[in-house]
Amino acid sequence: MLTPNICRMRVSAPRLAAAALPGQFLIVRADEKGERIPLTISDYDAAEGWVTIVTQNIGASSADIISFEPGESFADVVGPLGNPSEFVKETPSGSERVVFLAGGVGTAPVYPQVKWLHEHGVKADVIVGARTRDLLIYTDELRSVADNLYLCTDDGSLGFHGVGTAMLEKLVSEGARYTRAVAIGPMIMMKFSVLTCKKLGIPIVVSLNTLMVDGTGMCGACRVTVDGRTRFACVEGPEFDGTLVDFDEAMRRQGQYKEEETYEKEHHVCRIGRGK
Amino acid sequence: MAEKKPRVPVREQDAKERAANFREVCLGYDLQEAVSEASRCLHCKNPRCVGACPVNVRIPEFIAEIVRGDIDAAAAVIARDSSLPAVCGRVCPQETQCEGSCILGIKGEPVAIGKLERFVADNASNASPAIPESNGIRVAVVGSGPAGLACASDLAKMGYEVTVFEALHKAGGVLQYGIPEFRLPKDTVLKRELDAVASLGVRFETDVVVGRTVTVDSLMEKEGFKAVFIGSGAGLPKFMGIPGENLCGVFSANEFLTRNNLMKAFRDDYMTPIHTGKKVCVVGGGNVAMDAARTALRLGAEVHVVYRRTEAELPARREEVHHAVEEGIVFDMLTNPVEITDDGRGWVKSLRCIRMELGEPDQSGRRSPVPIEGSEFEIDTDTVIMAVGTSPNPLISNTTAGLELTRRGGLVADEAGQTTRPGVFAGGDAVTGAATVILAMGAGRRAAKAIDEYLRG
Repeated sequence: MLTPNICRMRVSAPRLAAAALPGQFLIVRADEKGERIPLTISDYDAAEGWVTIVTQNIGASSADIISFEPGESFADVVGPLGNPSEFVKETPSGSERVVFLAGGVGTAPVYPQVKWLHEHGVKADVIVGARTRDLLIYTDELRSVADNLYLCTDDGSLGFHGVGTAMLEKLVSEGARYTRAVAIGPMIMMKFSVLTCKKLGIPIVVSLNTLMVDGTGMCGACRVTVDGRTRFACVEGPEFDGTLVDFDEAMRRQGQYKEEETYEKEHHVCRIGRGK
Repeated sequence: MAEKKPRVPVREQDAKERAANFREVCLGYDLQEAVSEASRCLHCKNPRCVGACPVNVRIPEFIAEIVRGDIDAAAAVIARDSSLPAVCGRVCPQETQCEGSCILGIKGEPVAIGKLERFVADNASNASPAIPESNGIRVAVVGSGPAGLACASDLAKMGYEVTVFEALHKAGGVLQYGIPEFRLPKDTVLKRELDAVASLGVRFETDVVVGRTVTVDSLMEKEGFKAVFIGSGAGLPKFMGIPGENLCGVFSANEFLTRNNLMKAFRDDYMTPIHTGKKVCVVGGGNVAMDAARTALRLGAEVHVVYRRTEAELPARREEVHHAVEEGIVFDMLTNPVEITDDGRGWVKSLRCIRMELGEPDQSGRRSPVPIEGSEFEIDTDTVIMAVGTSPNPLISNTTAGLELTRRGGLVADEAGQTTRPGVFAGGDAVTGAATVILAMGAGRRAAKAIDEYLRG
């Protein structure tokens, strides 16, 4: 457990690990009767055949995933899904400087991206924001690959007292120059990251964690409006130019099954480990 | 002279009762009924039904076995040409294929070939076929839907070592995620058909997305597959491009059906959420629209099917439309949506439509609908389900060298399934766009033959 509510797991999946690249996600199904849960890949090792996922306990299905003990197996793990980050296709030049804005569980998938850039000689700073110090995750891992790591808490319990976007504004006002930004975190945090980057004139990419069923383009649950066009986050994303995303619509669509999910959570009896 | 005996009616679940459950609608013939119906066949010297079947099942031959009461022999006749008889007997559009060309249909009712096929498949003893000796040559099949299953079983019968890769967690493709339980029971009928394919020695690997987890290139270059068949299905759901389609409460039929069929949202013990509200409008007139409408009805909603032409042009199987009407689904014909309105909280409030009239016939020969100016009106609704077709999935074509696409994005393949890349074959919806189970099976069979010829040089 990274925090009382956030859990990291290493999953053995040789084919998936061999194909995974930064920016991609996978889908997990805990057991026969569980949902298909999309989760970003937060680390992978092709040689050893594993991937890492980080889950926050937010619903009955994620609670089921977290309840797994080392050595147990999920019913299904499928991926990698979605497109790799843009910079994987075209390595940025050494003169580029990237800033990552990470929020909550979104901090985990930032790690493989920064690691990849670090291994390719590109400098990247990382700003991690959380409500309070106990919710900050992946700080040691990020420190080992980021040029600079800035920690921010809303309550000031650790690092900068304030949100990540305020930290970014402060850094830029003190002379930091960034050629591109990547924001991964809750929709609302990405929305504000885009507003700040627009103001600062920094191009920004966001990674959208929309609803999904199959993750291969078949269901269309993940559709988002980008630049006035409907796009499928699973096959055309998950990363998009943040300035073109309709976040208000995306946030509404994310909550589409809230009523049904609350019902599931209240009526769900966990079957994991009870011989189903 | 043609017999005057009428077609033996098939028993069905009462319309009122079945509208509230997911059990199969049609109950099928018993032996006596099947023999009686089978005895209506005229055994034409030149059986037109066989030519009208996309996989050319030897229909009069298997019907003759039923009359003799030898169901296993009837099953063996069908098995020579079809690997999924229990499925085809249930979901084929018989009225435009075998039964549509039956001589008895000219003056009366055609032989109930579909119902007889189903009877045979459901009642034959499960004698496992002899597994042919392996020739050691590996062939990969991408997708475990009707095209892939037909191709895989034919190749396995020829001795090839076949592995079927499926992106979802259960094999079956559209038979699993698309066609509902009340038309095709999963745990009994579909499972038995899949087990029969596996018993030929075909391996299934689920949770493998070709184009992501592996590629066609890596399968051929690194994993030793000598040929690949792509039967990856229809792809991405289309929307109409009207305002309001991304409101909450608007779903593709694919999403709605997948949640219910593959993910079993209709069962309390599964965690999958599904949304219907009190009233659902389904847009479209094909089998997928009928399946979505009848599923929403069973989940407790009042359901309208909104279709821009008339009943005569509905592309769905006639039996499905007939069942839908019986179950109480309202058909709003000559009606085309122009906008989905917002309730102010980002959810659907109503479907704004315009009345249509039929104009001149289009390329497909169907009279094309033309809007009647000034006839807009609103249907209040909680949920809108779009069943207006699909467009090809780019996952495989984007990640495979040398595969050409048609203007519409489908894979280019000849009649035998050969694509523009040697060793790579394709068939089914991935080539033709959304069509039927049986056409996909026919394509899979032809490709199996072509793959065999290719591999034997």
